Amino acid sequence: MSDFPRWKYALVALMMVFGIVYALPNAFIPIPAVQVTANRGAPPIDTSVQQKVAAALAAQHIAVGNVSVQGDHLLATFANADIQKSGADAMKSTLGDGYTVAFKLQSTVPGWLRAIGARSMPLGLDLQGGVHFLMQVDENDVIDKQESSYADDIRSLLRDKHIRYESVTRSAVRGQGIAVILRSAEDRAKASDDIANEYADLNVSNGPSTGDRYVLNAVVKPEKLRALSLNTIKQNLGTLRNRINALGVSEPLIQQQGESRIVVELAGVQDPAEAKKLIGATATLQYRAGIGQPGDAQAREAARTGNIPPDANLYYMRGSHEPVLVGKRIIVTGNELTDAASGIDSQSGTPKVDVTLNAAGAKKMGDFTNANVGKPMAVVYVERVVDTKMVNGKEVRTPKITESVISDANIQGPFSRQFQTTGLGSPKEASELALLLKGGALAAPVDIVEERVIGPSLGQDNIDKGLKAVLLGLSLVLLAAALYYKLFGLVADIALFFNLVILVAVMSMIGVTLTMPGIAGIVLTLGMAIDANVLICERVREELRNGSTPHAAIRAGYEKAWSTILDANVTHLIAALALTTMGTGAIKGFGVTLMIGILTSLFTSVTLTHAFTAMIHGHRKLKTLSV
Amino acid sequence: MEIFNHNSNINFLGMRKYSIAIALVLMLASIALIAIKGLNYGLDFTGGVSVVVDYDQPVQIADVRAALAKGGLEHAVVQSLGGTREVSIRMQPKDDVDAMKAAGGKVNLDRISADVTRMLQVARPDARMKSRDYVGSEVGAELKSDGTVAAVFVILGIMAYLWIRFERRFAIAAVATEVHDVLVTLGIIALVQRDFDMTVLASVLAVIGYSINDKVVVFDRIRELFRLARKAEPEEILNRSINNTLSRTIITSLFTSITMGALYFFGGPVVRGFAVTMLIGIVVGTLSSIFVASPILLWLGVSKKDLMPVTRDNPELARRP
Repeated sequence: MSDFPRWKYALVALMMVFGIVYALPNAFIPIPAVQVTANRGAPPIDTSVQQKVAAALAAQHIAVGNVSVQGDHLLATFANADIQKSGADAMKSTLGDGYTVAFKLQSTVPGWLRAIGARSMPLGLDLQGGVHFLMQVDENDVIDKQESSYADDIRSLLRDKHIRYESVTRSAVRGQGIAVILRSAEDRAKASDDIANEYADLNVSNGPSTGDRYVLNAVVKPEKLRALSLNTIKQNLGTLRNRINALGVSEPLIQQQGESRIVVELAGVQDPAEAKKLIGATATLQYRAGIGQPGDAQAREAARTGNIPPDANLYYMRGSHEPVLVGKRIIVTGNELTDAASGIDSQSGTPKVDVTLNAAGAKKMGDFTNANVGKPMAVVYVERVVDTKMVNGKEVRTPKITESVISDANIQGPFSRQFQTTGLGSPKEASELALLLKGGALAAPVDIVEERVIGPSLGQDNIDKGLKAVLLGLSLVLLAAALYYKLFGLVADIALFFNLVILVAVMSMIGVTLTMPGIAGIVLTLGMAIDANVLICERVREELRNGSTPHAAIRAGYEKAWSTILDANVTHLIAALALTTMGTGAIKGFGVTLMIGILTSLFTSVTLTHAFTAMIHGHRKLKTLSV
Repeated sequence: MEIFNHNSNINFLGMRKYSIAIALVLMLASIALIAIKGLNYGLDFTGGVSVVVDYDQPVQIADVRAALAKGGLEHAVVQSLGGTREVSIRMQPKDDVDAMKAAGGKVNLDRISADVTRMLQVARPDARMKSRDYVGSEVGAELKSDGTVAAVFVILGIMAYLWIRFERRFAIAAVATEVHDVLVTLGIIALVQRDFDMTVLASVLAVIGYSINDKVVVFDRIRELFRLARKAEPEEILNRSINNTLSRTIITSLFTSITMGALYFFGGPVVRGFAVTMLIGIVVGTLSSIFVASPILLWLGVSKKDLMPVTRDNPELARRP
């Protein structure tokens, strides 16, 4: 009697099992933990580090659950957030700067579930809290960069205008502008006019003149500096958002605090140490004209005597530590990138980063490589590291910039927009660099000045209330459906239950962060999912009224309702899809929930209920239907 | 069990002059309300003040919230900070009404943080202010452009789909009604000055999905009846379609309203904004599906032959919905 194919029964059963298994991890509550990873250059994590950590914790009488080495990182679990905090402090002071120590919530999902890829949904900042970083933006760097670039500009302006000058230098005090020293009063008057005309953002004034030294002071206007620092913060916020999105952390909180600080709060990070490295990292690349080969006589001479040619910098090759001379002129920097992706070079088998430049960068690179085929070009890796030392019980941070050459090779042929860079130490380093370059450079360096575990932003009573309301709402709908559509309503209820299970399973697999609005979204999805069942039941009723037999009514009901259900859900899906294109975490997560919910409800409301209906009514002769 | 008479035959199209007039008035009033009163943006949009408070002894977050609520700051976000003796409090300056009044409508950081400390010290004398600062908005400025892009995307996507699956007039009628629903929902939120935060925004966008769903069900029936009917008077077909789907339209909105009602009455302050927005949207969307979408369709001149261009030569296909 039943025209419901066997394979569909199998599919329904399979989906139900899948849903239950993959939704299961959410029943296990994660525990607070501290994760340690080795920084570049530090000895890798092994059992000796593990013993050191265990000993340090024991010495300070900090109760630790379990200290273990897992792959390239070490993990220590604690009973609660307070102990976790003191544990992290103890580990930080024992291990020193070579390691990144970060807070983490360690999953307690059993191994067999994790083996098949099942994991629990991370909870959002509002439900569970997370890790809180306070970052100080180094605004001095902005002033430094600005004044240096004005000094360069003034030099070339004076050259263009054929005004002879003795020197153009930045004042020793930051923010005091640029001192231009000229040979005569006439030259000074002319230079003063030219600079004022060309650069509206500079205040130009005459300084004291001695003998034949005529001093001209050019100071960046305070309002320009203020605008710059505002802009810097805004750009940094944008870059941090890009980087954190690239990490795949959903629903982070990134906001400005005060004049020059940025708050970042992350919930549910898989690898917090990496997140911490990434958000504060300032690594970038510079492409420069090379001079000679690494380790050649000229470079060795310069390294030995300290006499470096005026148009060159002396750097050392990453890895071999051979000295190398590199031209001062920068062709292209990491800021002029539009895309970067890491991979393995098929010829040499070493890690590489594929780089795509923007139009301006591509033109500069094209001009340079065209004119310099056969000559060397160097790739300089610039990184800012912050040394943290304890002085008199206080943390003192000294930033320092390290520059090393990762590649210095002859240009084989001209290239401009797309090319690759090799010479990176490991595939991991290549992928980190690609991520950094892609996210955009920070307009000014940031230092993490505070790292804390932050509690949930919602009170426990509000979380409990919300969950209770959700359960109440769902049970009321289940009850109403069963009352109104009787047996068909009960089948719809089963479908709704499995819709919830499969929805949670899919969300967990994808790793959607669960927040209170997300929970509201799930409820809304379920409330709307029952629409498909309403459509089917109303159709079946209609068919019965028109005189169809029960079996024909079921068949026609499902058939006719399907076209409506499909149209309604596709248009609804388009609306949900638009939400996922919004950059903001909370709305994006909500859109993803809606979208998955529409897809799962198409399956449960139609296929699953059809299977159950066919099973119940399939082989019996029916006089009436309970609908 | 049946609540609705399945033979109902209400002449909805007969009221089209009134229903469209009311819809237009509501839309204009909503635009005026949004323009004049504006939306009452929440903390995540505006940013505000952040105060960090230290305690000598461990403190319960719930107690801190209670103390602030007693002082009139119910909307403050309170979080523990790295342990049990330090809390972070974020709030909108406008919540501290007295401080705003005293400073003549300007934000006075000192006064607000002093107020917060005073409120907390009433319950716990060991509360001490550690730091205070302005905080920027949580959502970036790109939300605005993202939102516009998303809205255009929805409108074009839905239009294209309905254009292909149905016909041009259906696409136009659906989008016009959609715009009405969103505007009226926003208008009501502006009227009652409910906090407009991220959850409410999400809810407004969800209203779009809900209401388009509702319209398409009616449209689908219209298409089916047009194709089935031998002699098709558009007005009669539209009326029959609305009446045939009336029971479903109302039952579905009731079921969805039950869940949202539970969230509104028992879900606490966090989901209340979400639920009430959705409830408003459900009412507006349901009414417009019945009273607004079909009259627009009729005015655009929908007819039987528009709906069967491809199937004209194939009677077998023409019978299908």
